[in-house]
Amino acid sequence: MSWAGKILRVNLTAGTVKSEPLNMGWAHDYLGSRGLGTKYLVEEVAATVDPLSEANKIIWATGPLTGTPASTGGRYTVITKGPLTGAIACSNSGGYWGAEFKMAGWDMVIFEGKSAKPVYLYVNDDVAELRDAAHLWGKSVWETEEIIKKGLQDPLTRVSSIGKAGENQVLFAAVVNDLHRAAGRSGVGAVMGSKNLKAIAVRGTKGVGNIRDPKAFMEAVKAGKKVLAENGVTGTGLPAMGTQVLMSVINEVGALPTRNHRDNQFEGAKDIGAEAMATPRKTDGKKHLVTNQACFGCTIACGRISKMDEGHFTIVNKPQYRGASGGLEYEAAWSLGAANGVNDLEALQYANLLCNEEGIDPISFGATVGAVMELYDMGVLTKEQIGIEANFGSAQALAFLAEETIYGRGFGKEIGQGSKRLTAKYGHPELSMSSKGQEFPAYDGRAIQGIGLAYATSNRGGCHLRGYTIASEVLGIPVKTDPLESEGKPDLVKAFQDATAAFDSSGLCIFTTFAWGLQDLSPQMQGACDERYTIEELAKIGERIWNMEREFNNRAGFTSKDDSLPARLTSVEGACKTGPAKGKFNELAKMLPKYYEVRGWDSEGRPTAATKARLGL
Amino acid sequence: MQKVLHINPDKCTGCMQCEMACSFENYGTFATAKSRIKVFEFHHTGKKVPYTCTQCDEAWCQHACPVEAITVDKATGAKVVNEATCVGCKVCTIACPFGTINYVVETGKVQKCDLCGGAPACAEACPTGAITFIDANWTGLGKMAQWADKLGNQPSAV
Repeated sequence: MSWAGKILRVNLTAGTVKSEPLNMGWAHDYLGSRGLGTKYLVEEVAATVDPLSEANKIIWATGPLTGTPASTGGRYTVITKGPLTGAIACSNSGGYWGAEFKMAGWDMVIFEGKSAKPVYLYVNDDVAELRDAAHLWGKSVWETEEIIKKGLQDPLTRVSSIGKAGENQVLFAAVVNDLHRAAGRSGVGAVMGSKNLKAIAVRGTKGVGNIRDPKAFMEAVKAGKKVLAENGVTGTGLPAMGTQVLMSVINEVGALPTRNHRDNQFEGAKDIGAEAMATPRKTDGKKHLVTNQACFGCTIACGRISKMDEGHFTIVNKPQYRGASGGLEYEAAWSLGAANGVNDLEALQYANLLCNEEGIDPISFGATVGAVMELYDMGVLTKEQIGIEANFGSAQALAFLAEETIYGRGFGKEIGQGSKRLTAKYGHPELSMSSKGQEFPAYDGRAIQGIGLAYATSNRGGCHLRGYTIASEVLGIPVKTDPLESEGKPDLVKAFQDATAAFDSSGLCIFTTFAWGLQDLSPQMQGACDERYTIEELAKIGERIWNMEREFNNRAGFTSKDDSLPARLTSVEGACKTGPAKGKFNELAKMLPKYYEVRGWDSEGRPTAATKARLGL
Repeated sequence: MQKVLHINPDKCTGCMQCEMACSFENYGTFATAKSRIKVFEFHHTGKKVPYTCTQCDEAWCQHACPVEAITVDKATGAKVVNEATCVGCKVCTIACPFGTINYVVETGKVQKCDLCGGAPACAEACPTGAITFIDANWTGLGKMAQWADKLGNQPSAV
């Protein structure tokens, strides 16, 4: 049973760190990571708390397969009530931190209260203590990692931390580990900052050893890796081109939201996608892309490591950005690029580096800049207010606003509140391209019906990772469905949402599901943990997790009215202007009642008593 | 045929499957901290490099050992630490120019790569072919083949 069986509970107010046994009943029913961490949160935190108050808690949770050789088994999730949305926040990260924490002998750590002064948690196997972080406060993520490792004289330490954005409680601040892997969305970094918690530094030498049936597990792991290796997406496309493989594909189907969703195709898509990254630059003859990189245990290796053009205007006299570093991934390339109409690849990577360096979510940041550029275009915001001429397409404005936002200066403070608050303040709430206050990612809900429904019903607000129907609607995985057709999508969205919750909670990466289904996860979970984890049981666990999250949101005050999309996405006035989806808008009103029905919810979007009983809630 | 571990850093993605396989083989647990092969990441260049013992013919560790705890496995050519003999003096860790033999606090002995008795788990686990176990006399074969391909497939001069 590959849980460590122990959790850490840190009371930041009292300054105490205690070990307690993992609730194994909950572990069996909610697996780990997203599901189990959320179970602890909803049991311990009132849904109505102010996310940035002392009463909120924040949890780092690994899954039963984290720290094992199951492919992609290196992930952890940060769970809290999110300040951007007021809903459940649950952000997943790769890199090496999660596995290191698990190998130290812990399944999760729960932080409660608020420290009077900046602290970080140091974990070295059984030793876990709060340490003064006065010397780290005000430092970037990159500096924090370096200072901690040097101070400990231990380069093998892994660090999960916030930069200045988290300290300043930017509402979409991220938690970053291993320099450029992030629990990126929903502002989990702001909650960390609100508690004066700078970092968790971990060294784990114990390992993960209590596999239920090592032989069966290793066989299942091997079979799973073979499926990934032989699949076109996970075996070839992602390692070679990364998630950026999607840029041209999504643009061609007319689903690349452009200029704050004014358009649905971007004329500059070819300049910011995978091909552009792999083509020698005209300026210096070098390629942007240096190599790919895996997270812990991952046999896909989709990560991008790139080097900027040293002569680019953004980094003249800034040697710290000249080395190889993470990016660009598709979501960031879209949000920093197409969403603002910017086609300068180097400028996008500069903004992306700043997001990693000080810890903000590039999706919410880029999408908020898109709204600012639209307000500027309309004359609602002026150059004097913003600090720069913010025309759509301006790489200078993007770079400037990224700096202002990460350092908490000038208009950056307003961008740091996210698009919902910013557009409302200036009288145009309809221009926030978000659901439940969280900005949409890189797929157009007008041109792809299912993903629109997935955005509207996502428990953490606008998000592609809660039900990636793109797999089916665009890529044909596991079966092709018509992106323009809303019929059948409620069932599709539910199936994706439930399966995703199970994968997320196991400790594996959702990218495996380009090739794997629950039939591939099941034998690995059975070998590692318990024979009960059949395909049916995993689907049920996923559904249970989904409903648990939903109930938390309902208690927090969300209603069916919040399962919504902006009018631009659901009205004929906002319909797609070009491409195969020309004239299309999202048919949410048609899909939502049906979705509630297949979910077993009442017309207000509340799980019925029968549904809860069926799921053991 | 004697075989050796052959490492091609260009193929390494940094996934740590080799480190997990090594620790599982030797300790029955997935613990990268216990691995005898280590993957090094060089952030500023993006390079990832797996590194372990090359099994020197004239092994410094073996010569330095005062109790002859390091012997040659005749079948594999591996320099193997005999834990029953090792006294944990650590002189071998000083003698090794490459740092690939290390003391283990928990056992009070040193550990190094022993080629898993002829079937290295790291090479088996590597998903990209960055670590292979090949003919000791022909570690250059892959590179030669690449160049041969390049030359042989050029348009003829005539």
